[in-house]
Amino acid sequence: MEIIDILLAASFWEAAIRIATPLIFGVLGALICERAGVLNLGIEGIFTAGAMAGWMAVWLGAGLWGGVLVAALAGAFFGLIHAILTVPLGLSQHVSGIGVTLLATSLSYFTYRTALPDVSSPPRIEPFRPLDIPFLSDLPFIGQALFSQTAMTMLALVLVFVTGWVLYRTPLGLAIRAVGDNPSSVEAQGLSVYGLRIGAVVVGSSLMALGGAFLTMSAFDAFFFGMINGRGWVCIALTVFASWRPGKALIGALLFGAFDAFQVRLQTEVGAFLPSQVFLMMPYILSIIALIVLARKADYPKALLVPWFKGQR
Amino acid sequence: MIRFEPRSNPGPFLVYGVPVLAAAIAILLAAIPLALAGAPIIEAYGLMISGAFGSVFSTSEMLTRATPLILTGLAAAIAFRAKLWNIGAEGQLYMGAMAAVAVGAGVIDGPSWVMIPVVILAGMAAGALMLIGPTLLKTRLGVDEVVTTLLLNFIVLLFVQMMLEGALKDPMSMGWPQSEPIIDSAAFPALLERMRVHIGLIIALVSAVALAIFVKRTVWGFEIRAVGENAAAAKFSGISVTKTMILVAALSGGLAGLAGVSEVAGTRGYLATDLSPGYGYAGIVVAMLARLSPIGVIASAFFVASVFVGADSMSRAIGVSSYLADLIVAMALLCVLIGGFLTRFKVHFDRKSAHG
Repeated sequence: MEIIDILLAASFWEAAIRIATPLIFGVLGALICERAGVLNLGIEGIFTAGAMAGWMAVWLGAGLWGGVLVAALAGAFFGLIHAILTVPLGLSQHVSGIGVTLLATSLSYFTYRTALPDVSSPPRIEPFRPLDIPFLSDLPFIGQALFSQTAMTMLALVLVFVTGWVLYRTPLGLAIRAVGDNPSSVEAQGLSVYGLRIGAVVVGSSLMALGGAFLTMSAFDAFFFGMINGRGWVCIALTVFASWRPGKALIGALLFGAFDAFQVRLQTEVGAFLPSQVFLMMPYILSIIALIVLARKADYPKALLVPWFKGQR
Repeated sequence: MIRFEPRSNPGPFLVYGVPVLAAAIAILLAAIPLALAGAPIIEAYGLMISGAFGSVFSTSEMLTRATPLILTGLAAAIAFRAKLWNIGAEGQLYMGAMAAVAVGAGVIDGPSWVMIPVVILAGMAAGALMLIGPTLLKTRLGVDEVVTTLLLNFIVLLFVQMMLEGALKDPMSMGWPQSEPIIDSAAFPALLERMRVHIGLIIALVSAVALAIFVKRTVWGFEIRAVGENAAAAKFSGISVTKTMILVAALSGGLAGLAGVSEVAGTRGYLATDLSPGYGYAGIVVAMLARLSPIGVIASAFFVASVFVGADSMSRAIGVSSYLADLIVAMALLCVLIGGFLTRFKVHFDRKSAHG
């Protein structure tokens, strides 16, 4: 009975969508990179960089949308490093990604510590407010669950449609998908494989950074060490779950958010019987299970992880 | 126009010089963040060097830091050789440490020559199992091991936390989540009086030499290299890829588990959730700087450990964030990646007219 009550509460779905938002950004970013043939394990560090850079820009007075822009640029910067190493130089995407994660994380932490040498509690900013859209926000249930989220959540939802439209309805999207499946065919058409791949990684990485920025500028109002806590890696798993499709990415992120919100509520109900860590493990275990269930069916972009060099046949 | 031309045979200068150069460049690049932080640059470098090598004590600290790094570096090196992307050394390290505490904190007792091998074997077995699972998922079901090993790091850390608040909790710890101490007969003896460096260092060095011989001189080592270079061809020539992968997983996970044992039984004496400041991830850098050579891992672990210990001590002295060390290590990884590229390819800057 209580489980039904939890699932029917608007506040539950409000939380689910809020938890899903950074993952939507992250999975969209990861799938754009992977569609173009580049695995981006820099994601965890790019989340951290986006969270730190966006927050710090606002803290220094850039304004909230200024912060979003700075976060996106930080993501693009680290994406460009990964893209140069893996595309024209054709280096190991695994190792380069881990390197970018280490670099982006340590640079973010170092910058934060240098700017704020000794603060006992992290300084706060005025984050994005929940929207109050006339009529829509007053609707029963969905008004609270969806239309009282922040503008960044709306941005994430819009980006799902934009990404889907670009990937499937435009020549650019066709070229991006082709460059991840058969780069030589793209070159045969006179398009630049390097250009498309580098562009996709840079854009994908800036979306990842927005996922981080959502955490410090919308979900919370401060930056903490270790706050990304594996969310980036979860996105890599969800990308497989989503079969590299933006629509399914949205569903995957929402399912994940719902599960996480449910797990928190379950913890308050039956928390006395099980250690809290069991509940905290659930999202990671769920990601692994999703991978196992879908591994057989997973239709990886054919040229994912395969370097391609100019003039190669 | 920039053109890359493969080199047929990189000379010894490139093979050995490039990693050294990459490390040096990373250290030099650290001047930029130091300058931005407003620190006296020359003084900061001096403090880093004296912090890592200035006295017997600081060198002992550097060697203590290098011990787990050699082991996690070897774990990454052997796995990456076979193209098994084990990014889960951090979790395997904690599982190894937990197994060592489970058997070495008073449940059983005996003389040191029994107890030390017992904790080592328990820890290595636990670490190995942690990687054999994802490896079986990879070989049997095609589940990407990068993501599973990464996510397992988080699961393991929560599991350790849970055990430290439950079954493994030290009732004398006044509420701190930490395990009971390793008993004296299972503890790794110190190498120098009043210093922290312990026989874990000797074990790590021996492991590196043993692994080098194993990879170079045995059939299994040959099979591992063959699978890593071309799995399809290895399979065609009759090598069982699955068996080789599981052997690699056992070695790699076991070595990472051994790093955990060494930290618990040698350095810390008990298990807590802050046992490792990311030794598992740093092991990847160590392995890459060493070009996946087991002997090279020793040198690169010493380098990474000196950066950490030196930066820590510099940070205490002039108040620059010690995240500088992580920054240097990350830059070294990226530099050695680029360096590796330059070892394999010649770069030509052509002017179009030159080709007519």
